[in-house]
This record gives sequence, C-alpha cells and structure tokens, in this order.
Amino acid sequence: MEWRRRHVLGLADFSTEEIEFVIDTARSMEDVLTRDIKKVPALRGKTVVNLFFEPSTRTRTSFEIAGKRLSADMVNFSSTVSSISKGESLLDTARNIDAMKPGIIVMRHPASGAAHFLSRYVSCSVINAGDGSNEHPTQGLLDLYAILKVKNKIKGIKIAIIGDILHSRVVRSNLHSLGRMGADLWLCGPATLLPREMARSGAKLTNDIREAVRDADVVMMLRIQLERQHTAYFPSLREYSRKYGLNSEVFSLARKDAVIMHPGPINRGVELSDELADSAHSIILNQVESGVAIRMALLYLLAGGHHAAH
Amino acid sequence: MLLIKQGRVIDPESGRDETGNIVISAGKITDYLPGEAPKNFDGTVIDAAGHWVLPGLIDMHVHLRDPGFEWKEDIRSGTVAAAAGGFSSVACMANTSPVNDHAEVTRYIREKAASQGAANVFPVAAVTRGMEGKEMTDFAELFEAGAVAFSDDGKPVRNALMLRRALEYARAFDFLIMEHAEDHDLSEGGAANEGWAALRLGIPGIPSASEEVAIARDILLARLTGGRIHIQHISTKMGVDLLRMAKKAGLRVTGETAPHYFTLTDAAIEGYNTNAKMSPPLRGEEDRMAILEGIVDGTIDAIASDHAPHDDLTKRCEFTAASNGIIGLETALPLSMSLLAGGKVTPARLVELLSVSPARILGLKGKGSLRKGSDGDVTIVNPEDEWEFQESDVRSKSRNSPFFGWKMKGRAFAVLCGGRVTHSLLRDVAADV
Repeated sequence: MEWRRRHVLGLADFSTEEIEFVIDTARSMEDVLTRDIKKVPALRGKTVVNLFFEPSTRTRTSFEIAGKRLSADMVNFSSTVSSISKGESLLDTARNIDAMKPGIIVMRHPASGAAHFLSRYVSCSVINAGDGSNEHPTQGLLDLYAILKVKNKIKGIKIAIIGDILHSRVVRSNLHSLGRMGADLWLCGPATLLPREMARSGAKLTNDIREAVRDADVVMMLRIQLERQHTAYFPSLREYSRKYGLNSEVFSLARKDAVIMHPGPINRGVELSDELADSAHSIILNQVESGVAIRMALLYLLAGGHHAAH
Repeated sequence: MLLIKQGRVIDPESGRDETGNIVISAGKITDYLPGEAPKNFDGTVIDAAGHWVLPGLIDMHVHLRDPGFEWKEDIRSGTVAAAAGGFSSVACMANTSPVNDHAEVTRYIREKAASQGAANVFPVAAVTRGMEGKEMTDFAELFEAGAVAFSDDGKPVRNALMLRRALEYARAFDFLIMEHAEDHDLSEGGAANEGWAALRLGIPGIPSASEEVAIARDILLARLTGGRIHIQHISTKMGVDLLRMAKKAGLRVTGETAPHYFTLTDAAIEGYNTNAKMSPPLRGEEDRMAILEGIVDGTIDAIASDHAPHDDLTKRCEFTAASNGIIGLETALPLSMSLLAGGKVTPARLVELLSVSPARILGLKGKGSLRKGSDGDVTIVNPEDEWEFQESDVRSKSRNSPFFGWKMKGRAFAVLCGGRVTHSLLRDVAADV
C-alpha cells in the first residue's frame, strides 16, 4: 500500500491495512536493531522535536533512540502545563516550533485532543505520544506488535486489560488496534474506573478479575496512577491490590502459555506482583523493545521513507 | 406616529392571530386596527405584508460581558446583536467584573444601555456578593436600581441553606431567583456530557445528575420557602420531568432552555470542537427529545439564548481548557422557528416562549404584548426567508458559534424598541441605532 498519512494522532481512524503496514515496516526496522552498528541514514537532515508537556522518560527516550537510529536530528523540549498557561500557550508554542521548520513533532500533552489541535496549526507531521485520556497510538501499535511476536495472531485470542480503564489512553488506542484485528477483548476494573458505556466499544466488561483472566492468552495490567487522587475512585491501594492486582493465584486461571504485559512503569506489588513481573510469562521488556521498532517505523513512514525506499 | 400595516399580528396575550395594523406613538402602542390599513396615515408607515408582527422578543438569559470583559462583548455590541436577532429586550447576567452585586454596577448597565444600547437591557443582579455564595446582596436596593431578578449564573449557589435564605427573603418582595442548576461536586473536572462521545474522546464527563440533583434541590427549597425560582438552561430529560412535577404540585417554579439543547447533542463535540462546549454541556438524544417535549407541553416556559461571547484565545485551545458557552442572540430565533416544522409548536406558542413568558416571569410591565398601552416593542419576522448563518453576519464581538454554515428558515426583518427601529432588513425602513 501507499502511505498517505501526514500525522499519527490516534488509531481511531487507522484501517487494518495501515496497521499491518506499520507492523511490517517495524519488522524491517527490527533488523537494523540487531546489527552491530544500529544506525541508518534514512532521516538524515530531518529534525524531530520531542515536545513533552508531561513527565515521561520511557516514551521520550524510546522516540529519541528511534530517531537517532534513523539519523534524525533530535531536539527535546520538555515543559509542564501550569494551570494558567493553557491553550494560548499551546497555540503559541506550536507556531513557534513550526516556524523553526522541523520535519516531525512528537507530542505528549495532558489534554485530550491536544495532538489534533496541534496538527491544525503546524505544517509538519505530528505524532501523538499520548494526549490526556484520549490515545497513545504508538503504545497501541507496539502492544499489538509484541503480542504478534509471541502469539502470531490476534484474531480470536482473549486479551484482558485490567485497571483504570476510565482514564487510560493506552486502552483507547488498544481498543482500536487489538479490537480491529479481531481480539476477544475484556476490560476489567473497579466499577468507578470502568464506565458502563465502554461496552459500546465492543469489548466485554467485568468487575471480576477472575472472569477477565480465565482462559486469557494475554493479561495486560495498567498502571494505577498513585499521583492521581485515586482514593476517590476506590477505598485504598490495599483494597485495590487485593481485588484487582494480578498475582500467581489469579494468573493460574489464564491459559498455560499466557503472557503478561504492562505499559510501564509498574507499581510493583500494587497492580502486579513482583514474582509475576519478573517471570517467564512477562513480555514487558519485549514491549519496550518493540516500541523502538514501531516508533522507527512511524518516523520513517512520516518522513517519506516509504517513497524514498522505492 | 408610526404604522405597522398589514402584517400577521400574533399576540398570544390578547389571543390575536390575524391581519392587522399597529400604531405606535411616543414609544407606546396607541392603537390596534384589525383588517384593512387606515388610509391617509400621517406618519411613518412600515409595510409588514407577508410578515409576522410579534410583541418584541425578550432574551431572558444573556451575558453582555460589560463591565469587565469588553473585548468579548459590550453593552453596545451585545444589544446590536440582540436587535439583529430579533430581540428588543435582554436580561443580562451578573458575572461581569466587577460582579453586578452592587447598585452602582446595576445603574452603570442601565445607563450605558439607555445611552448606547440597541435594546432594552434588564440587569439580573447576583444573589450573593461576588457570587461567592456566602452573603446575600442588597436585593431591595438592587431592585430599585433596576435589577429585575437575582442569579449567580455560572456559579450556582452551592450552599442549600444560603439559597433557602435568599428565596425566603426575596419572597416578601416577590423577587425572582434564577438558578444555574448544577451540583459542582458532581460536575467537577468535567468538560462534556458524561456519555459515549466524551468517553471515546477521553474527555472527562459531567453527568446529567449534576443538573438534576440541583434542580430537585431548588424545587424542594421553593416548596419549603414559598419563594419564586426560575431554572435556567435546562438540558436534561430528568430536569424537564422534575420541573413538570413541580408545576403539577403548584410550586412557583419556571424554567427555560436554550436553542442548542433542542438542536444539538453531545455528538457535536467530535473533533474536540470547543464551540460545542458549554455549561451545562450538550446532552444525549434522549435529553434533546425530552426538551422538545417540555417545550410542546408547556413544561418549559421560555427559550433563552444563554448568549456567552468568548474571544478566540479562550476557544482556540485544548477542549478541556476552553471556556464554556456560545453566542446565541443571532441564532436563537431561527433555531426556535425550526420547531414549527413538525406542527407541534404553533407560531403563537413560539411567541409565548420568546416574549410573553419571559415578560411575565421577569415582571416586565408593558412587554410581551401588543395591546394598546403596551411598549412600542415589536419584532417583525419574515417566516419564509431562507438564509445561511455566516461568520461575516455576526454583530457580536465574539465568533464562538457552532452554527456557521447552517441553513436557517425565518429571520427578524425589523425590530422596534420603544418605537425606535433598532434593526431592519426591510426596504425603505432604516434602522436608527
């Protein structure tokens, strides 16, 4: 297929064909990662700006490594959004950075829709690295890729996602990536963090972790954000951990070859027990590895690499 | 002397709906002549043949942003927009800067409107000082200065005891309390209706219950105190049901809705459209249908625009950071006229919603009627005119509307305010503003 997309704002409007194309491209990028010299000149002379309005080490580093492996000039811009400098400053920032003529802006922002907003005011490409509770498309793609590596298929396998569904941008992207590829998706969490309307996504909902994990091929645990005022959503972390934490006893209900995923960083002992996080079932580090390949693929495609390659 | 001749005179207050002629002199309606136009009339003649002639429309809920936010709107631009939309009177909310919690502010609004306005402006003063929900304002003094009612719109009275006292105290003077019904604890952090649209876009939700809980509270306090309360911009099905129940129980409760609540649903937020962000938020289809039903069966007394001008800066930003509200003065009439299409709302009912009831609820003497002796406030509507609402049409200083590009049917072709022409699209009739 021909890649026509200028921005990657979310997976909501990605076709299955496009998703497969990104995965195929990521596979060829992974070859680069196995070489001694992990660098190709595909993005030489292109500037990629990492624009992060929320603290994030992993995603930012992953994009930075991906860009550097493709020989892009990487610029990091980190800032926090204070309550007074709201929209006006995002518009201003967007226009200022755009005036410096970067090739691609990678943005993380606490407001849902911020990447869509940015894309309307810049002439370069935009990759959404997480916008509020809306989407985290590269995570959705890397999760899909990591699962494919161990399961070889998505269609029909049972994938349980457990935790704070309400606020999770990872879930919203995964609903599109995994959902569209035909997974049997289950969402699980306390009722306060699992809105009933979520059933309209096509996923099955349950408040019982055992029902979610039973016969699952993949169990994906979400980070409970300790920094959010989550006490309002459930009584205590202790109670949360008892009812919605994954431990060996609950995990034993899953299929024998089931894998455990987590977008990181993990609150060890809260949503995921230490022993499981480090067990052979965990593919958490494979997710991280897949992330670099997926991000390389997207940077490459957005920079017009696909056409250059022909 | 001025004659409006041969229009279809729709005056629910006198029960008239017929071809007739209205004579205005010294700012008042001095005569009504059914049938043929008088010959040899000595004065200005407005030929209203083919048009509706209505008592001047009254928008009982607008924000004129003056004093304090004059770059968004001021009394001049806001009333010019009102006239263009067919309104001869508006009631403006108190969330200005300073807040209209003092007679000086009320007088400032009245005086500026009198000298520069293109419509009658009736200030609604705050219920509590600084709209902080702690101490009552000086109701009687504010009333004497020209305030017609009291509301902390935008920042509802949180404390039920505070509202109880206000209703009770106001009862002695028969003053009206208008409530923006919202339970702030339930809506906190929310930016759109709690439902699939917001959930899918990752926008924090505002449940219908945040409005319904507050309406229920307000109704119960009206019952407790015998006070008179008006529920502003009702957006939910259960809100309409509660109001219906309160009226059945004989309580002194009235309610309004805004055109966007019967025209749009929360689907309009798609694409993070900040011009579909308001408070209360656009709701679901079931709510929209219930609002329509409330309009048809008389539960909802009035349609008001909740005209809320905002500059580009506070709307061209992330959805969650954007200000609430849309301009509405120039679209309220045509959007309301779309209700006529189904036949369940008659032109006379529409006039009740946009003129008669607001005048009655706010106690505006001489308004909402075309009887002899009433004020010379008249709205002349071309019910067949088809037009498209465009950004370049806007008279308001702000441009925050989700309705640009909408095809409208029906438009105000002239407005008279105390006998003065404040808006005219009629040939040979010039506006004097």
